[in-house]
Amino acid sequence: MTSTIRCDIVSAEEEIFHGAAQMVVATGEIGELGIAPRHAPLITRLKPGQVRVILENGDEQFFYVSGGILEVQPQVVTVLADTAIRAKDLDEAAATKAKEAAERALANRTDALEIAQAQAELAQAMAQLQALERLRKALKH
Amino acid sequence: MAGGREIKSKIKSVQNTRKVTRALEMVSASKIRKAQDLMKASRPYARLMRQVIGHIAKANTEYQHPFMVARTELKRVGYIVVSTDRGLCGGLNSNLFRRLIAEIRELSDRGVQIDVVAIGSKANAFFKRLKVNLVGSATHLGEKPQLNSLIGVIKVMLDAYTDGRIDQLKLAYNDFVNTMTQKPTIDTLLPLPPSNGLTNTHEWDYIYEPGPEVVLDHVLARYIESLVYQATLENLASEHAARMVAMKSASDNATKAIETLSLIYNKARQAAITQEISEIVGGAAAV
Repeated sequence: MTSTIRCDIVSAEEEIFHGAAQMVVATGEIGELGIAPRHAPLITRLKPGQVRVILENGDEQFFYVSGGILEVQPQVVTVLADTAIRAKDLDEAAATKAKEAAERALANRTDALEIAQAQAELAQAMAQLQALERLRKALKH
Repeated sequence: MAGGREIKSKIKSVQNTRKVTRALEMVSASKIRKAQDLMKASRPYARLMRQVIGHIAKANTEYQHPFMVARTELKRVGYIVVSTDRGLCGGLNSNLFRRLIAEIRELSDRGVQIDVVAIGSKANAFFKRLKVNLVGSATHLGEKPQLNSLIGVIKVMLDAYTDGRIDQLKLAYNDFVNTMTQKPTIDTLLPLPPSNGLTNTHEWDYIYEPGPEVVLDHVLARYIESLVYQATLENLASEHAARMVAMKSASDNATKAIETLSLIYNKARQAAITQEISEIVGGAAAV
C-alpha cells in the first residue's frame, strides 16, 4: 500500500473535499507545489488556480480556488480556500466573459488600482478556464 | 348595550395583530433552518482555521507577529458589535447591549477609550445615540451574509490595531445555543489568547513562502475574518430563534386577550338582555 496524506479543502461557506491522497498539487505564491506524505511543515498563500488531488487509487480530482491558504503538516494538508468551487460547476461562459471584461478594462483604464484589479480578475478567469480545460481532458479519457 | 361595539372592534384589532405575529412566527421558523444550515456549513472552515492557528501558535517562530503580543498598556479598546438588522426579536439586542454597556462603563471609569464598529442596523442606531466613537458600520446583510460585506469593517479594526490606535479588539454577538437560548457573548479577538499550555516536545517551524511576515499577516487576518463571519451567522440564527419565540408568545398573549375580551363582551351582552327582559316584565306588571 502506498503511503497517503490526509487532505482537507474547505471554504468559508462549505466543506469541499476531505480524504486521503497520494499527492496534493497546488499553486503557491512563488510556484507550483507538490505535497507528498511526510512533507516538512509549510505554510503559504495560494494564487488563483487549481488544486489537484491525486487519490489513493490514482484518480485525480480538480478544485478551483481563487486564493487562500495552504498549510502542510507531515500527515495532513489543509487548504483554506477563499472560494473553492468544484471545477465542473464552473460556468465557462461566465469565466470567458469575466476575462473579456477584464481585458477590456485593461485596455481602457489607466488608473493603477483598476489595472491591479483587472489583472487579478484576468488571472482568475484564466485559471478557471485552465481548470475547465484539464477537467474536460480528464473526462474524455 | 353599553360599550358592545367598542369591545367588538377591540377584539377585531387584537385578531389582526395576532394574524401578523403568527405570520412573522412562521416566517422565522422557516428561516431559522436556513440560518442553521449556513452556520453548520461554515463550521469546518472555522475548525480547520483554529487548528492551523493552533499549529502556528506552537511553531517556534523567529518572527513575532504583533497580533500575538499582548500590550502592556490598555488605552483604547475596539469592539465589533454584531446585531440584527430588524427589530421584533424580543430582548436579543438589548440583552447584548446591556452587557456591553456595563463593560464599556467599567472601562471608561478606568480611563480607557472605546472604538466601535457596528454590524447590523440595530447596533448602528444604538451606538449613534451613545457617545462612543463609531468608526465603521455594515448593515443590511440580508439572509445570507457574505464575507465580502464584512471585510471592510474588519479591516478598519485590524488596521487600527496594527497602527496601535487600539490595544485590544473584542467581538460581541449572540451565541446560538438552541432555539430557546441565545447567549450574549463578548470574546477577545486580539491579542490572540496564548495557546493552552501545550508545549511541544521538539522545536520546529514552518517553511514560509514567501516569508513569515506576509504569510502570518494574511493567515491571522483571515482567522479574524472567519471568527467575525461565524459570529454573524450565529447572530442571524439567534435572531430568527428569538423572533420566533417572541412572536409565539405575542400570538399566545393575543389569544388570551381575545378570550378575556370575548368574555367581557358576552357578559355585557347578557347583562343588556337581562336588563331588557326585566324592563319588559316591569313594564307589563305596571300595566
